[in-house]
Amino acid sequence: MIGFIASFVLSFFAYLFLTANQGDILGLWSQYEMIFAVIISLIVAMISTKVLFQKKRYRLLNPLRWVIFLFYLIGPFFIAMAKANIDVAYRVITGKINPGIVKISPNLKSDAAITLLANSITLTPGTLSVDIDESNNDLYIHWINVTNLKPAIEDICGSFPTWARRIAE
Amino acid sequence: MTVLSIILFIFLIIGIFFNGLGSIGLMRFPDVYTRLHAATKCTTFGSIFTSLAVIIFGFYFWKVSGDSKYGVLALHTIVALGCLIITNPTGAHAIARAAHRSGVMPKQAVIDELKEADLK
Repeated sequence: MIGFIASFVLSFFAYLFLTANQGDILGLWSQYEMIFAVIISLIVAMISTKVLFQKKRYRLLNPLRWVIFLFYLIGPFFIAMAKANIDVAYRVITGKINPGIVKISPNLKSDAAITLLANSITLTPGTLSVDIDESNNDLYIHWINVTNLKPAIEDICGSFPTWARRIAE
Repeated sequence: MTVLSIILFIFLIIGIFFNGLGSIGLMRFPDVYTRLHAATKCTTFGSIFTSLAVIIFGFYFWKVSGDSKYGVLALHTIVALGCLIITNPTGAHAIARAAHRSGVMPKQAVIDELKEADLK
């Protein structure tokens, strides 16, 4: 039931975002649009609940986690991303690279947390997640400037695993 | 020049600079993995800034003129930005994984633990 309500709200807002136009409500939607949105998102929610909540885990619906996620996105993540871009700019201009594929074990359990970590790693300094060992969630990471053949987790992604654990585990 | 247009120009210039740098990186780097570095990071960062410029433009003119088409522009750009931030690293990961599984090894690599691990 919680899953149904969550996917209903999600598809309702997605529909409203995509059909914003002129009307009475906030100057963007008309009443007929609202009625249609409710009908369509009921249908979508019926279909998509099974897909979105396959494992019946509702941890990510906690609003506190969304606040932490937003804070993470604007704060540490954006700073790391700016650094990454200056680093890549330097390497594009000078052509100095020393690449290799290394392994880290972040010890995360849930799929959402490991997805968040892998995507954060791809967008931040000099690292790109290539593959994952699904039996124990080890990540294989292409590192553009290898300084250390057996790196600690902090060398590659800083405090990201702690954040991923806070948000999604 | 109002303050608004100066902010918009700064955002657009930052965005175009990083997008252009990503394209140059595609030409200069030696193999698929290092090229993906340039392609994902620089284009995501550049597109965030160009989209931010569009969002600020849209909300400002929505407030000033009251015409809802500017608000619609801003809302749609927010949706596009969200999709971009999610799909860009995911796509890069898929390309890198497919390349490694089909036997393209990183050039000039000092270490390749994935080859030693031999995942199935």
